Amino acid sequence: MSCKNPFNHDITPADAPLLNVQVDGQWVQLPRGLNVVEAAKRVGKFIPHYCYHPKLSISGNCRMCLIEMGTPKMGPDRKPIIGADGKPEIGWIPRPQIGCATMISEGMGIRTDSPMVQDCRKGVMEFLLINHPLDCPICDQAGECKLQEFSVEYGNEDSRFVEQKVHKPKQVDIGERIVLDDERCIMCSRCIRFSREMVNDDVLGFTQRGSHTTLAVHPGKRLDNNYSLNTVDICPVGALTSKDFRFKMRVWFLKETKSICTGCATGCNILIGSRENVVHRLTPRENELVNSEWMCDQGRLGFHYIHAEERLLQPTARVNSTTLPVAWDDAFAQIRDRIKSYKPEQIAIIGSARMTNEELFLLAELRAGLGGNAVLTDVVPRTGEADGILRSADLNPNTAGAKLFQISNDGKNLAAIKDGIESGRIKVLYALHEDPVGDAGLSEFALAKLDLLITQKLLKSHSTDIAHFSLPGASFAEKRGSMINGAGRLQRLNKAIATPGQTMDDFEILLKLRSTITGGNSLHTIEEVFKAVAASIPALSGLSLSKVGDLGVEVAPAAATVTT
Amino acid sequence: MPAPAEYRLVFKHIDEPGYTNDIECYLRHGGYEQLKKAFTMKGPDIVNEVKASGLRGRGGAGFACGVKWGFIDPTKNTKPVYLICNADESEPGTFKDRQIIHKDPHQLIEGMVIACYANNVHLSYIYIRGEFPLGAKILEKAIAEAKAKNFLGKNILGSGYDLEIYVHRGAGAYICGEETGLIESLEGKRPYPRIKPPYFPAVLGLYMCPTIVNNVETLCDVKHIIAMGGANYAKIGKPNNTGTRLIGVSGDVAKPGYYEFEVGSLTLGQLINDVCGGIKNGRKLQAVIPGGSSSKVLRAGEKYKIKEKQADGSMIDKEIGLEDIPMDFDTMAAVGSMSGSGGVIVIDDSRDIVSCLANLSEFYAHESCGQCTPCREGSLWMKKITRRLADGHGRLEDVALLKSVADNIAGRTICAMGEACSWPVQSFVAKFKNEFEAKGRAGKGPAVAATNGH
Repeated sequence: MSCKNPFNHDITPADAPLLNVQVDGQWVQLPRGLNVVEAAKRVGKFIPHYCYHPKLSISGNCRMCLIEMGTPKMGPDRKPIIGADGKPEIGWIPRPQIGCATMISEGMGIRTDSPMVQDCRKGVMEFLLINHPLDCPICDQAGECKLQEFSVEYGNEDSRFVEQKVHKPKQVDIGERIVLDDERCIMCSRCIRFSREMVNDDVLGFTQRGSHTTLAVHPGKRLDNNYSLNTVDICPVGALTSKDFRFKMRVWFLKETKSICTGCATGCNILIGSRENVVHRLTPRENELVNSEWMCDQGRLGFHYIHAEERLLQPTARVNSTTLPVAWDDAFAQIRDRIKSYKPEQIAIIGSARMTNEELFLLAELRAGLGGNAVLTDVVPRTGEADGILRSADLNPNTAGAKLFQISNDGKNLAAIKDGIESGRIKVLYALHEDPVGDAGLSEFALAKLDLLITQKLLKSHSTDIAHFSLPGASFAEKRGSMINGAGRLQRLNKAIATPGQTMDDFEILLKLRSTITGGNSLHTIEEVFKAVAASIPALSGLSLSKVGDLGVEVAPAAATVTT
Repeated sequence: MPAPAEYRLVFKHIDEPGYTNDIECYLRHGGYEQLKKAFTMKGPDIVNEVKASGLRGRGGAGFACGVKWGFIDPTKNTKPVYLICNADESEPGTFKDRQIIHKDPHQLIEGMVIACYANNVHLSYIYIRGEFPLGAKILEKAIAEAKAKNFLGKNILGSGYDLEIYVHRGAGAYICGEETGLIESLEGKRPYPRIKPPYFPAVLGLYMCPTIVNNVETLCDVKHIIAMGGANYAKIGKPNNTGTRLIGVSGDVAKPGYYEFEVGSLTLGQLINDVCGGIKNGRKLQAVIPGGSSSKVLRAGEKYKIKEKQADGSMIDKEIGLEDIPMDFDTMAAVGSMSGSGGVIVIDDSRDIVSCLANLSEFYAHESCGQCTPCREGSLWMKKITRRLADGHGRLEDVALLKSVADNIAGRTICAMGEACSWPVQSFVAKFKNEFEAKGRAGKGPAVAATNGH
């Protein structure tokens, strides 16, 4: 597991012994080590809760998960009394117990919806609401608010509260990316426990007491760690909101697309929240083998370039000093006509470890058509500091794929490419999703010496301005495909929004460029490309995109093993 | 029948002319002799004496002290065991422990050393409430004196046994008297009571080590159990209600004060009328809160059906009035209240009973720690309703509402504060329904409408 949770209440060891437990009258077998909330969940019974989170320590403060429980009645011989049905008779405890802190035991009885339980939930719901501002119409949490949901499901129809509500600080700026509304807070302490236990950044706490209890950051501290926005996800109400997302879009309008974060080699599983071809937010999607339920703020907020003003929206061709729009097919034909007069040694390709396996595979095929290994090729490595939580030192999402398809040479060829261009030996450069100047470190002077510069990028730059052909590609949210993360896990990207303007999905650009230059094309869809990929790589044999599934498959124990 | 004489055991020297709180005075009165005697015994034997004595905790819950100690088996423990003296005497109406702390601190220390020795404890704390600064100073001085005489510290009296006691002052919160809240506070955190299970102090207490938390009076009793032997101590009082009990009486009596009696030896009526000189100013009794403010109120004129054990072991049903209730643990429970902390609050007929409850509810709303939902939200809500009723802004439906709010708290919280704040409400509203309804009927309703339209 790449993500170390402080707790995993929802996971039991595979060899955990099974216990006989009665849940709402049905006897079932469940592994030892589960609490009542998780045990009930495994048999399809939902026990509502606010403070309980399977990955955090148990606080037991919200009292929403109160259930009725019992233990086997013991006879004089200290053995359970067996009833007419052959099962132990249960002695029910008259006092409700919290499901989150009650571990299941042999012969235990659980009632998740008895009159006593219903009464408890009604009471807790009422208490939680009396001092809660009913500002749902302007609250970002509306639509995914547990207070709303459980109020409808378990609460009262009417309010009996005629007193003044408690007033607390509003719009508290507690961090770079987070705003706190203390009146909405229900004091579940999830955010406090997350910061303390998961990130080891114990900056949140309660001040005051009783009904006046107020969530706050410690004096002189801010909630600024790189995981701070996870507190917004786990906040069951609208107390913690994301500055980036608040007031932007009602959540019920969001289409959620399962994909992965491309911010580093961890490949956190995400949901892309979009509406009408605009991405509004990324949120983590549970995958215990990758990111559990979390993602870093950097990855979460690193999508705004998709809708940047500098986004290139149509292919262009430069003739002398004039850059003009060009039709895709014309661009492909013109590139073919111009590139074929160069020897392989005169051509260089700067690919990217941000490209999908399918794109890298097609790029490798294109290179073969242009003369194979004589075409100097590499990607731009990006490294940062691993944080021991989720962030990988490798900031490219598909370094493993780039190596697998031999596009990457770990950046060692970049200097040779630079030298070759500056010395005039290399005349043609095809740069994909890396800026030759900004990313690959070439000089503008060197670029000017090229006979043919082809860029395939998202954003406008000097390089795209002077490129002979600028081919606008697609962002991660606009394409399907696969990547292999740093732990050797093959995972899928899915298309959340359409490619804007005249832009084209990169696999299609490469497919068309390849067929235009080398002729012949048996591949049309992304599935077909993946099939060809799988056929060419033993580690992927037998796989298809659909078989990869939402949670991915392990294809190599570690990235290192795919180095060729 | 006139009240029996006081039986002063723990309070033997309290207010005795010439008796001071320094160690020389204590030694002149036979101080630390029981410690010497204890050192001739083995720890488990002392635990057995305490079990035999039938001593029940004097903090409020009345849990058997020997049983509590028995949860800890030092022979099976790899972690250190801690003992904490709960001197956070905060229950309104309770003022017994401060007498001991101020006037006879060495009695407490001797009891603590014996209790620590019995349970193989080498580090012990006295958690004293923040509002007792003088008490803390006196205890510090007493500990220094005891250390100087080697009743504390290394190799106490040559026994080979080491013990340190530290005084820790609270910062002024009722909830620190709840033992797991106290432990959290002692660890330097907010005193949020812990969930049980799994955090039973005997298993996962202070610093996640086995911990005993005992009341000041309980620990003093330990000294006397060693002095007279568990079996002899058990002869004081009644079966299952052994020993003496410190009782603090406040409110509308002629002679409020602190007293010590054999448990169950006198009735509530004897206490009020004989010991405390009756209701003051010739007024009549309206109600009694018998065991600290969280115990359920008893109304004058009420009749209770109890079962009384006869000499031959048979039980007979008996109906008794408020003034006939013997002051013991079991009978107080049988009449629907509790002997709690021994703080008896007497209310005469001049008091507005709704205002009395509003006062109590205000206390509990102020003292709710705010950790768990029902107590946090419910205690303030009950305060607001009772205050409105008392101030003439009530409605008739507030009476039923009040009961319903209290019912939604009791039994559903992390700690006993849920009961502490709801029991007074439940009992006052049930027993003084007419008074509450009259206030509701005469009330003008809420002066200020709730915000947000709901």
